[in-house]
Amino acid sequence: MRFGVVVFPGSNCDTDAYHAIKDVAGVQCEHVWHTTTDLSGFDAIVLPGGFSYGDYLRCGALARFSPVMESLYGFVEKGRLVIGICNGFQVLLEAGLLPGAMLANDVLEFRCQWVNLKVENNKTPFTLLYDPGEVIRFPIAHGEGNYYAEPDVLDELERTGRVVLRYVDGSGRPTREANPNGAARNIAGIINEKGNVLGLMPHPERCAESILGGEDGRRVFLSMIKSLESGALASR
Amino acid sequence: MKFRGTVTIWLKEGIFDPQGAAVKGSLETMGFREVEKVRIGKSIVISLEAQGVEEAGKMLEEMAGKLLANPVTEAYRIDVEEEKAGADR
Amino acid sequence: MTGIPETASWREMGLKDKEYELIKERLGREPNYTELGMFAVLWSEHCAYKHSKHLLRTLPTKGARVLVGPGENAGVVDIGDNLACAFKIESHNHPSAVEPYQGAATGIGGIVRDILAMGARPVVLLDSLRFGPPDDPRSRFLFGGVVSGIAGYGNCLGIPTVGGEVFFARPYALNPLVNVFCGGIMKHEDLHKGQAYGVGNVVMVVGHSTGRDGIHGCTFASDVLDEDSESKRPNVQVGDPFMEKLLIEACLEMMARGAVVGIQDMGAAGITSSCAETAARAGTGLVIDVGKVPMREEGMNAYEVMLSESQERMLLIVSPQKVHEVKSIGAKWGLNVAEIGRVTDSGKLQVFHDGVEEASIPVSLLAMGSPEYTPEAREPEYLRETRELDSGSVRAPEFPEMKDILLKLLGSPNIASKEPIFRQYDHMVRTDTVEGPGQGAAVVRVKGTKKGLVFTTDCNGRLVYLNPKGGAAWAVTEAALNVAVTGAKPLAITNCLNFGSPENPEIYWQLKEAVQGMAEACQALDTPVTGGNVSLYNETEGEAVYPTPIVGMLGLCEDIEKRITPGFKRSGDVVAVLGKVWGDTRSLSGSEYLEVVHGMVAGDPREPDLNLARGIIEVLTEGARDGLFGSAQDLSEGGLLVALAESCIHAEDGATGCVVSPKALGCGGREDVRADAMLFGESNTAVVVSFPEDVDEQVAALCRRHGVPLSVIGRVDESVVAVETCGGQRVLEVPIAEIAGAYARGLETALKR
Repeated sequence: MRFGVVVFPGSNCDTDAYHAIKDVAGVQCEHVWHTTTDLSGFDAIVLPGGFSYGDYLRCGALARFSPVMESLYGFVEKGRLVIGICNGFQVLLEAGLLPGAMLANDVLEFRCQWVNLKVENNKTPFTLLYDPGEVIRFPIAHGEGNYYAEPDVLDELERTGRVVLRYVDGSGRPTREANPNGAARNIAGIINEKGNVLGLMPHPERCAESILGGEDGRRVFLSMIKSLESGALASR
Repeated sequence: MKFRGTVTIWLKEGIFDPQGAAVKGSLETMGFREVEKVRIGKSIVISLEAQGVEEAGKMLEEMAGKLLANPVTEAYRIDVEEEKAGADR
Repeated sequence: MTGIPETASWREMGLKDKEYELIKERLGREPNYTELGMFAVLWSEHCAYKHSKHLLRTLPTKGARVLVGPGENAGVVDIGDNLACAFKIESHNHPSAVEPYQGAATGIGGIVRDILAMGARPVVLLDSLRFGPPDDPRSRFLFGGVVSGIAGYGNCLGIPTVGGEVFFARPYALNPLVNVFCGGIMKHEDLHKGQAYGVGNVVMVVGHSTGRDGIHGCTFASDVLDEDSESKRPNVQVGDPFMEKLLIEACLEMMARGAVVGIQDMGAAGITSSCAETAARAGTGLVIDVGKVPMREEGMNAYEVMLSESQERMLLIVSPQKVHEVKSIGAKWGLNVAEIGRVTDSGKLQVFHDGVEEASIPVSLLAMGSPEYTPEAREPEYLRETRELDSGSVRAPEFPEMKDILLKLLGSPNIASKEPIFRQYDHMVRTDTVEGPGQGAAVVRVKGTKKGLVFTTDCNGRLVYLNPKGGAAWAVTEAALNVAVTGAKPLAITNCLNFGSPENPEIYWQLKEAVQGMAEACQALDTPVTGGNVSLYNETEGEAVYPTPIVGMLGLCEDIEKRITPGFKRSGDVVAVLGKVWGDTRSLSGSEYLEVVHGMVAGDPREPDLNLARGIIEVLTEGARDGLFGSAQDLSEGGLLVALAESCIHAEDGATGCVVSPKALGCGGREDVRADAMLFGESNTAVVVSFPEDVDEQVAALCRRHGVPLSVIGRVDESVVAVETCGGQRVLEVPIAEIAGAYARGLETALKR
């Protein structure tokens, strides 16, 4: 099983994701330079956090024109797993692999802090090791994580269980206070229709080891590994 | 012929613009009670070579639609003018 | 031409008449215009340390772990396991006073490149900031700009901002201080230096193209700020963190491939200083063709190219066989890489443009030939007044008032939580931040080892103002205690000396005294100075900043799992003080309590007890190794009661409060003791610890062995901070919820006022 972590110019969580997957989750992982066009050797691709192309113009807008993105469409088509974390989520939105767009945080500031998240859907390859409705703690670190989509798109996402993670308070309620950036309906992470592309603003790779203050994030990678082991790998 | 295109981009109507709201608040505090609305956007100036105004406009339209603006959240306007030789910025 | 008045002379460039005469004499001729500009920048205070060099020589710089001391781009210290840490602090005060966002942003850029130039990967940033009062609109503007500048630049680089401090006081209102610290990690064999060895080697520039920005930035930084400073705004450069990120990755890759002989940041004075310094260190010469430097603007002349301070550029010395490799790595990262000259044996920096020689100066004269000044020093007048502080001049509050005093101190912007600041900084990227901002020192793991690196910056300028020698010694001592309360051993420091104009005898006296105090403390605590920076002329219309010699310290935690944290751990644990709490009127000197509650900046603060501090450090590091302590927190602003409150605020679930009686501190029958000084007094060499009762014998023995007084003052208990008198009567009780609320809201409240 091989994971690949894409490195765009300006990615800065690439080595963190690599560490979490290879050293913590314990599976093969490689860095994938943004000019790579062949992803056939990988079972899962991570678009990591950071400031691809300096986040100039719009977060993720320039990265989506990297050569690697062309092959990513085919990769998704084949049903392999793609996870976009923070800036990676923004790239997925810009690339149209997930619906909606990101606006600047409503607080008009960058926010780096721990947040509570509710696992709204644990029947995805990324969350199958969480309990339904489980409240978990992840860090966030972004200036533009204010998720926006037209109301009918939001309704569709809700109806089809594609809102995977939501910002909540300690007891699991999606309150205004628990929403760190103004995201529509407290949305922190969504999945595509096919169920193999997840985008999320919080950073699972930053909470995969207890020494960093929490290890709730590890199960995202372990879920992916488990789901690859049980199915996707066989159909390769 | 050389043209200069200005692509002005701002958040679509109906999308809350916190920066604009903050600036509006400050303007009101300063005494500008007449201010009804503030929207903050960006303006991208592109110098380009084209056969005529029409072609320049068409190219700029494509640039704006594909890259410069995000159709989900942003609206834009394009202005084109011929660039006078020797004029700097 | 932009930026150069037709009538420019050495005076306008910032050179003194006698300096110009010296240049003429040593050169044996009149310098031409370009040469004059090159001298002006390299002989500026900012680059040449004319008023401080002789003082800096008195600082201890040697130590068993010091691999590279002062004089290079950054100091380097051995941390074992064949690893080393490069670290340095630098000021960006003047640029930030004029344009706070870009001033702070480019400050980060510069210090990061200094660490990179040693061959290390930059892994942490800390910021030491000083502003005027938060209710002053100008100070608020500067504060907002600086914080967002640090966030905007640092976050993009993927280097976590793990700590630092912020202090607000009137004297910083017109002259904010922005000191930025960077630390990096490398293997011993990856060490690089800014040296231009090897005649025939190629001089290359990598990174941004060169524009007309920032010409004479360092002469600007070597002058007092006045009404004209606003109009000097073009001197401030614009940072491009994306370019910096690419530059970091590209340079690390070039060095890893062994392609780089020498490397140097192009900071202040750009190409001129980087060329002169690399050649001077190696005893070689350089010949440069400015026409080959990638330029951003048309029609730039040699003067402009040599003096530009365009950001995100590095100078490389590369052997001819490796030029191709360096170029291809640059191309991979989308960077400009240009060959601009060669290393020669001429001992001169020769500059050509279109085949014409524009400058030819001996590098030793340029880089090391500036005069040194030892100005007159005179003890400041104000000290006579401030030293007078008797018990009668400070009203002693009754116990019922103490609750409000504690809450007021916890909410004071100098003590209150800095979360509204640090939540704007990415402090977690790289997934090594084990103890982040919000505590005395940050603890960062070193992947692949059991070790942790500990970083802190410290200096209380108010104490230095009232007692320059003692205050500077306190900066070192407090940093060392901040490191030690994590259980780590202090290893070395970098310093940034922020003062007013050294041409004022009173300011120069402050500087001289402060350096002496720092030297004594570094000697006693075995923390050599490995480098740093001096920022003088931080004054406006004769109003200088508090003398602020900031200390950035590196500590080493041998086993990160055994680190100590500030929060209480278990209900029932013993609460004790290591060291001495004076509790007398003198200990109110320069305290936050005296200023916030009584509106006074006065007194003659005691110097730290360095022997005692040494002992406390031993007790903490040994105690950590043996797992004795549940928590440790040093006494600083706000004194004993604030330290206790902080241990409660950081406490783990189920251990939220404490009940203490200061009886055990031995202040029972002493006549000079007063309750406010006992609870809120400062300049005590002391740490509050907690530990389980069953190890109290071990702790006592450990303290005896190191000659450290140990006073058990209470227990972790209840959900209040409570104080009982010697007679057992409870005289003060503050619920933790109120304590936490005041601490959490203090800064935001002050900024909104």
